[in-house]
Amino acid sequence: MWLTKPFQERSTQIFLGVLFAALAVVTVLHLTMPKDSALYVSSYTVTLLGKYLCYALLAVAVDLVWGYLGILSLGHGAFFALGGYAMGMYLMRQIGDRGVYGDPILPDFMVFLNWQELPWYWHGFDMAWFAFIMVLLAPGLLALVFGFLAFRSRVTGVYLSIITQALTFALMLAFFRNEMGFGGNNGLTDFKDILGFDLRTNATRLGLFIASGIALAIGYVICRAIVTSKLGRVSVACRDAEARTRFLGYRVERVQLFVFVISAMLAGVAGALYVPQVGIINPSEFSPLFSIEIVVWVALGGRATLYGAVIGALLVNYAKTVFTGVMPDAWLFALGGLFVLVTVFLPKGIAGLLSKRKKADRRDDSDDKDASGAAQEATA
Amino acid sequence: MSIFQEMTNRDRVFEFLVPEHSPVDVRHGGILYLEDVSVSFDGFKAINNLNLTIDDGELRCIIGPNGAGKTTMMDIITGKTRPDTGSVWFGSRHNLLRMNEPDIASLGIGRKFQKPTVFEALTVFENLELAMATDKRVLPTLTSKLAGEQRDRIDEVLTLIGLAPLRDREAGILSHGQKQWLEIGMLLMQKPRLLLVDEPVAGMTEQEMERTAELLTSLAGKQSVVVVEHDMGFVRSIARKVTVLHQGSVLAEGTMDQVSNDPEVVKVYLGEEA
Amino acid sequence: MGIIRWLSQLLLVWFLFAPGLVSAQVEDSEAQQLLTQLAESSFAAKKDVINQIAGSGDERARGWLEAFAANKLGRIESSGDFIIVLKNRGRNWTVASALTGENLGELSRRDIDTIRVNNSLRNELEGILSVIDLKSPDKGKRLSAARALKGSVDGSLAERLPELIEAEESGSVQAALTEALAIYQVEELGDVAAVAVLSGSLNSEARAALQQATRSDDPQLVSAAKIALKSIEQKLKLNRAAETLYFGLSLGSVLVLAAIGLAITFGVMGVINMAHGELIMLGAYTTWGMQQLLPGQPGLALILSIPAGFLVAAMAGIAIERSVIQHLKGRPLETLLATFGISLILQQLVRTVISPLNRTVVTPDWMSGSVMINEALSLTLNRMYVIGFALVVFAGLMLIMRKTRLGLEVRAVTQNRAMARSMGIRATRVDILTFGLGSGVAGLAGVALSQITNVGPNLGQSYIIDSFMVVVFGGVGNLWGTLLAGLSLGTINQLLEPWAGAVLAKIMVLVLIILFIQKRPRGLFPQKGRAAEG
Repeated sequence: MWLTKPFQERSTQIFLGVLFAALAVVTVLHLTMPKDSALYVSSYTVTLLGKYLCYALLAVAVDLVWGYLGILSLGHGAFFALGGYAMGMYLMRQIGDRGVYGDPILPDFMVFLNWQELPWYWHGFDMAWFAFIMVLLAPGLLALVFGFLAFRSRVTGVYLSIITQALTFALMLAFFRNEMGFGGNNGLTDFKDILGFDLRTNATRLGLFIASGIALAIGYVICRAIVTSKLGRVSVACRDAEARTRFLGYRVERVQLFVFVISAMLAGVAGALYVPQVGIINPSEFSPLFSIEIVVWVALGGRATLYGAVIGALLVNYAKTVFTGVMPDAWLFALGGLFVLVTVFLPKGIAGLLSKRKKADRRDDSDDKDASGAAQEATA
Repeated sequence: MSIFQEMTNRDRVFEFLVPEHSPVDVRHGGILYLEDVSVSFDGFKAINNLNLTIDDGELRCIIGPNGAGKTTMMDIITGKTRPDTGSVWFGSRHNLLRMNEPDIASLGIGRKFQKPTVFEALTVFENLELAMATDKRVLPTLTSKLAGEQRDRIDEVLTLIGLAPLRDREAGILSHGQKQWLEIGMLLMQKPRLLLVDEPVAGMTEQEMERTAELLTSLAGKQSVVVVEHDMGFVRSIARKVTVLHQGSVLAEGTMDQVSNDPEVVKVYLGEEA
Repeated sequence: MGIIRWLSQLLLVWFLFAPGLVSAQVEDSEAQQLLTQLAESSFAAKKDVINQIAGSGDERARGWLEAFAANKLGRIESSGDFIIVLKNRGRNWTVASALTGENLGELSRRDIDTIRVNNSLRNELEGILSVIDLKSPDKGKRLSAARALKGSVDGSLAERLPELIEAEESGSVQAALTEALAIYQVEELGDVAAVAVLSGSLNSEARAALQQATRSDDPQLVSAAKIALKSIEQKLKLNRAAETLYFGLSLGSVLVLAAIGLAITFGVMGVINMAHGELIMLGAYTTWGMQQLLPGQPGLALILSIPAGFLVAAMAGIAIERSVIQHLKGRPLETLLATFGISLILQQLVRTVISPLNRTVVTPDWMSGSVMINEALSLTLNRMYVIGFALVVFAGLMLIMRKTRLGLEVRAVTQNRAMARSMGIRATRVDILTFGLGSGVAGLAGVALSQITNVGPNLGQSYIIDSFMVVVFGGVGNLWGTLLAGLSLGTINQLLEPWAGAVLAKIMVLVLIILFIQKRPRGLFPQKGRAAEG
């Protein structure tokens, strides 16, 4: 079964082991340590880590299309934000009459804008199952339509990057408008609870953190399953020699579309888990800067490795937290410098540094295989 | 049948859903017909009223000076370039001008490029695996698993092209000649009815050339092969029938001896020296 | 009273047709006497005095009457000298002598008696003031005075106007006066013949008069007015279209300026320079800096900024090329990321070193204001300069690409780098020069932009996506395509704006381009043939 194949891989086993160990350690420290202990993990930190895990999942999604398919998407923030908005709409509906204006149906901002009834696209979001489906469907559909148009006419390379950027920019402008019915500038906020759990309690926060970790694990395994399948090799083939792949009889545009949609859905899930943890979703998530920042996480961690994307997302966001706390002005300098340094001096990222040793291992490995191949031949 | 009937007739599928695996119709002997094909780039006529017929199982060499339109002709056959006028038929059933590259490839036309293009990040084995003739739609590709006989087939080709020791190495490290062989191997994996081979022996040693010639002649009969080549020695060693292209149209056709004695060809080929 | 009025009007008419008296000055004593009369007579009598002053032909008369209308004409209580109040805020007022114009400094407002005026006098004054200018030797003044008369002609003026029209030598003034008269005739007299004069007029008063006429009882007048209004509507529509076109061209030329440098670096070198917007920003800041260096001479500073902005941006561009881009040759996606990083650094640098706030760049006098084409259409000068500047820059680049050795080498390198090198073209040098040129043009765009938008750290960011769209839309590597794409995108944007709103229009244009790229992935003017396939 293609989905279980990653579990036989050494790298996936290590990745999952480290991830679950980290989740367990944080959970145990948070629950058992006294508050004044140096080892105590505060609920603030738990939420912060949960946010990082969502970013890591987003980075994995970007790495899937960039690393393995060669599509540099500068608009993945849009899929993340759409997933986030779908979740935000559910959380808004959960507020019920506990809002400032106390309207049982309409969210506060609609009452403020003097709207009389819920727009049609807000219906159904009071049901969790519907909202969760939309978390996948909304980014998936956008990716499907956009990808269908783009890949069919063979828009690739920098052209595609630029129009993905234009896509997220256009969406940002659109979501800024109050008339769109997504809260305009302020977005959706003041959430109260999710699935009946109060969002302000430590237990819910811990739950969301663990859910983010599990989502990352599942997303990672799905991506790993795709890239180790024959489809993954076809993706790499599309990346390196698109025309050649076509002459072999593969429908390159469909391969691209399939992987792109999967990636967009993963980004949507990341956004959906991100929103209840930070407590707000607004159009700034659509900003081109955010989307391109995701790319630099992946570039720093190392493309086409998946685990590199996770490392990069965690590192950059940790640095961002530290920098914006200590000297906020310097952050953009640091980020800008990171873009330049990684692309010029570290084209394979941190994972590239790590895998130098692995290469040597692999060589031994392949010699073994040669031997077995020869043996097979002999028996045949 | 009207669209409405099509919609209501539940035991039939839509026409566009009918799989295009219908066999090539070669009852009339020809496998490839190019008729009155012309294409121009910015006013420059790359192909000018070209007429060419390849018989089923034939090995045909195409020669011609630079800019004669050899590569453009291949682009047209494989669907990369659309001609301005003319028609291109595969057998007498399939109009190639109405198909895209993957369709044409699945129909059984394989192509080896002038510049060897293999997937450098993949291993030699994986390159052949991707080329193998199987269901190439997205989901079957995602869930596909190599069967024992498929693995054997790949290993067989690996041995044939002499790359078995490099089976699990990345194709990027191969030498130019090895890449040429790998690409020929990929063509063999595709099991095409028609092979288009663009300059197969460029960068090969004398020995390798001999093996290539052997391979190509052995293919002819079961499959049709069209070879574009500059190396006259090589062409002479394999050719039964030679077509000379010049300025986008056929200048002469016949055996190697016939064309090399054709005064027109001599004039074009040797230019002022003649 | 009636006789005096009649006489004063006669006097006025006489004065209007007495060129000998134009720009003359009456004796100071006489002036003193007239002003004293004005100060001391009753409101009713003041009317006649006003007319006498207007009729005096004194070139200071206009100033007196204007000050009078604004409650600013007065006399010093102690001396009885007439003064004009220049500033009447606070306890002390700044005043000037009414006779000599000499500034008398500040006086306590208790020491000043202003000459009192009422509304009926003000109305009288308005008419008189416009007529005063009708005798000015300056044709421009006469024209604006004649235009101001539209809608404010009264019975007495209407009687005099035919003679004025006949005597007027300038055609445009004549036309304006005729129209002013016709408005009166339609409005007050319901004169059907005058409707014909107004048909096709773009004046709002004329339209109001005609609209009023459509409601009259005279069926002949109503139908005539309706026909006239219809022709006016059509003309207005045309003018509105012209205005939209102008705004579109103006926005388009900004886009062309912003994008054309990119067309060179992207089209020729295949380099995606995301810091292009920040190079534009540098050009704009150079203009600001120049103006700081040359305070009080914004015009000179602006002109000097053109070469300076080019140089600053070109140097910055070359520095970027040498330090980063050359190491990323053949890796366009990485180049995109690295230059994006540079753009972040440049933005933050400006925020830290100069200020995160917008800077004001002064527009020199000769660039502010607008040109009035007709009464419904006036074009702002600064935008006109930008359009002209964009065309000049475009022509200059075209010349460089087509006629110079550099252009030839650039085209050679674009088409086949290896071949060009083997022919002795130093590709590295060509790269540097090309990148410098493209970046310098971005600097020029910044200089131009400083005249029409805010200069701030985010200036570049707001143009980068648009610029890329223009280049992609026009077809990479084709300057004509960039020109056409920029102008048409600007115009489309302006066309959509009135009914979709600015934000939605922008979104629609973006979606339009995304759809367009589906149809023609290589833009309006794609490169063809073998070179483009690789």
